[in-house]
Amino acid sequence: MEHHIVLRVVAKLLIPIILLFALYVQFHGDYGPGGGFQAGVIFGAGFILYALIFGLQTTKQVISPSFVHGMSGAGVLLYAGVGVISLFRGGNYLDYSVLLSDPVHGQHLGIMLIELGVGITVAFVMVSLFYAFAGYRQIELRKQGSTKQNDVAQASDADPNGKRQ
Amino acid sequence: MISAHLPALQVVIPLLAAPACVVIRQFTATWLLALSVSWISFFIALSLLWQTFHLGTISYSLGGWAAPWGIEYRVDVVNAFVLTIVSGISSVVLLYAKESIEQETHIKRIHLVYTGWLLCLTGLLGITITGDVFNVFVFLEISSLSSYLLVSLGPDRRALTAAFQYLVMGTIGATFILIGVGLLYMMTGTLNMADLAQRIPEVEHTTTVHAGFAFLVLGISLKAAVFPLHYWLPNAYTFAPSAVTAFLAGTATKVSIYLLLRFFFDIFSETFSLRTMRLDVILLILGVIAIFSMSLVAVYQQNVKRMLAYSSVAQVGYMVIGISLATATGLTAGIIHLFNHALMKGALFLALGCIVYRLNSVELKDLAGAGRRMPWTMAAFVVGGLSLIGVPATVGFISKWYLVLAALERDWWWLAFMIVASSLLAVLYIWRVVETAYFKAAPAGHIKEAPLSLLLPTWILVAANIYFGINAVDTVNFAKRAADQLLGVF
Repeated sequence: MEHHIVLRVVAKLLIPIILLFALYVQFHGDYGPGGGFQAGVIFGAGFILYALIFGLQTTKQVISPSFVHGMSGAGVLLYAGVGVISLFRGGNYLDYSVLLSDPVHGQHLGIMLIELGVGITVAFVMVSLFYAFAGYRQIELRKQGSTKQNDVAQASDADPNGKRQ
Repeated sequence: MISAHLPALQVVIPLLAAPACVVIRQFTATWLLALSVSWISFFIALSLLWQTFHLGTISYSLGGWAAPWGIEYRVDVVNAFVLTIVSGISSVVLLYAKESIEQETHIKRIHLVYTGWLLCLTGLLGITITGDVFNVFVFLEISSLSSYLLVSLGPDRRALTAAFQYLVMGTIGATFILIGVGLLYMMTGTLNMADLAQRIPEVEHTTTVHAGFAFLVLGISLKAAVFPLHYWLPNAYTFAPSAVTAFLAGTATKVSIYLLLRFFFDIFSETFSLRTMRLDVILLILGVIAIFSMSLVAVYQQNVKRMLAYSSVAQVGYMVIGISLATATGLTAGIIHLFNHALMKGALFLALGCIVYRLNSVELKDLAGAGRRMPWTMAAFVVGGLSLIGVPATVGFISKWYLVLAALERDWWWLAFMIVASSLLAVLYIWRVVETAYFKAAPAGHIKEAPLSLLLPTWILVAANIYFGINAVDTVNFAKRAADQLLGVF
């Protein structure tokens, strides 16, 4: 990837904007088109673009696979947890009205948190799907590479006119 | 205060525990979490069953949105009974799962088994408890996707193809259900089950509703492995980890049969679904073919797990016959068999899991002499087998008794005869295992009996087979009440 200077520069410019736009879609979902799922997809796409340009290894250093798996669980926990909090505050499960003293603000906060949970899970599930498929290709390549090297080694061993003799 | 929220907690607790397993990752801790959560669900289900039986139907509106608009959880005797079966089987099998899963699954993936397990439990409980047809689809997808995962985590590489096969068939089933729900929504403008039941009679004669009904029946039958749609089941059961097979065999198809009951008798009327659409004849024919052909296929299997899988398809046939009779006794028989089959197949698959644990094989020829080397395991298998055949003092007898009774009520002697005759086929395939295990010489080498942690849960289910076979008053009462409720008598 050293030669693709245009790609690298453009990606570096775009990725922060993509992530920022994801947050905008996430938190402006109440008023305009958008919401947790769309925002999550955009956020995940930002990381995937990074991985496509700078390689899987670098991306895995940026966000480790175990962190990705943990976060995809944490989003669901946030979603279901909001429901449990409304249980403890005396409402039915996922009744946002009781989250705050004012029902309107409660509904607002509730849907915000729920969508945040959706967004987190979707974003990190996207990344973990990408890791799984890209990682699989790498394992395949490594296998092929190692057999090729063995073949070359064997061939040179078997070659009677090789330089080693 | 907490008792009012039990319907929500029934689904929410396993749902919360599943992602927690992904975060925890340590395999003993995830097992402990799954086990305790499953037992909590079981006690919640028991208390819901008690409440519905004595105090009547419970309705719970999620998020405080009232019934026809919001999602309603509606618990009556029918689904409280199924909730108890599902969570009970899951709890006992989880006791067993630790050792078995640790041997059969790569250590890095064990936490995924429990995550999938809890999600599957969430989905199955959700399908059962909800009173909203779209919610049914959502939970169906949760349980299906997680069960594909569970199957694919099997010890053999063929588990992957089995899971993929299951995924393709399951997705077709789920899509059909969604199309059916969509068509019904188009005609009635509602998704709430009770509301649908009120609005459907007006539009019952339209082609759209007929098409919707057809899609729903096909989709659910695919998930329930009703006879010609059982293609995915044998491989999925054979290659999944032993504990997972016992769990899925005891729960997944049962919940789909429950859905069939719900759609046939509650949402549509039984005159529409069974008489107008002629499903009584179709289901009866398919059921009879299933009990004979699938038992016959089971007789010729060399792999004992696959043999039991084919036998499961045959057993679904008995339930379908019970439904097709459309009488109170027939439905009671179907619902009792739902419970009883979960007990017997659970016991059989757990016993088989013990064999896998020691012998590392489920091929019939490798079982030679197992009766002497693993006496307790094989004894459990024999009792489970007797129950499957329908010998008196086991639960199998109760199911067959009510089914024959229902057939005689309609004066269908030929059907009663066929039900008994098909049991003889079960004698054949169980006998093949017994013969190999007890009368063939064991190969050289010492094999120990399975550890107590595996034997104990197996014998809990075996004891349940005998207990509910002798004292069937409770199960029959619950099943009768459920049948009456479905038929609208009660």
